[in-house]
Amino acid sequence: MIAQALAFYLFAGIAVIAGFMVISARNPVHSVLFLILAFFNAAGLFILLGAEFLGLLMVVVYVGAVAVLFLFVVMMLDIDFVELRQGFRDYLHIGVPITIVVLLELIFAVAVSAVSSDAVNSAVNPIPPVEEVSNMRAIGHLLYTDYFLLFQLAGMILLVAMIGAIVLTHRRRDGVRRQNIYEQVTRAPADSIEVRDVKPGQGI
Amino acid sequence: MTIGLGHYLTVAAILFTLGIFGIFINRKNVIIILMSIELMLLAVNINLVAFSSFHGDLVGQIFALFVLTVAAAEAAIGLAILVVYFRNRGNIAVEDINLMKG
Repeated sequence: MIAQALAFYLFAGIAVIAGFMVISARNPVHSVLFLILAFFNAAGLFILLGAEFLGLLMVVVYVGAVAVLFLFVVMMLDIDFVELRQGFRDYLHIGVPITIVVLLELIFAVAVSAVSSDAVNSAVNPIPPVEEVSNMRAIGHLLYTDYFLLFQLAGMILLVAMIGAIVLTHRRRDGVRRQNIYEQVTRAPADSIEVRDVKPGQGI
Repeated sequence: MTIGLGHYLTVAAILFTLGIFGIFINRKNVIIILMSIELMLLAVNINLVAFSSFHGDLVGQIFALFVLTVAAAEAAIGLAILVVYFRNRGNIAVEDINLMKG
């Protein structure tokens, strides 16, 4: 029990510190790296909660894909980041009160809420005992049966995002040789081959 | 020393607030704003998984999975828009994005 508590405080503390560094680091590359750290520790929290699959998925998706995407964009764009930090203090007088209000509201909501035993007993899809069914198996079972339509829709969302990103960033350059399938296929022998009668000793 | 639901919800609340705060203090840098949104979605995910675990209901984890999907799609599209905007304008200052006002 003590070990679990220690692990929780370690993961939670590092996640919060990393989250703070994300928004306060001077260099955006450092921000991305702290974001990765925050997600790693959140993954640790997930595993502590018994959601191993989601925790590992978090690492795969965020460290493997999203963080690399952010790093690419941050490093690819030639931006003067010092200039972008100029208005840091201008918005503090708005940001700090709103932040404090939101935090107090959230903590108040957490403090007054209580998990009723009814909620625990009336679970729609109860988590099976870990000794019998692993977390990943249970999620897969639920995802491919009850939530199959939503699963397919999630795939469609990813497809649309992929196509959208390609369409948005694709740039057609002039002066670049590229393959034109239509031209290749519609090309006939008549307009590409010429038969010439070469006389001996003269050449063409 | 038992870690209860409230502990996890508090961590999520702090992370969510950090996301909001990040949007406010980095008003000029779109990349940091996108990262703040990712932080807020992470906080929501922690909430979902914590409730799922403490209520003994697996649906919360399924929902967190979908939030993760949408977050990844959102990051991809957002960064693509950012790249296109940078190509057109040469900077990514949020304050300059007011062309649509006419």
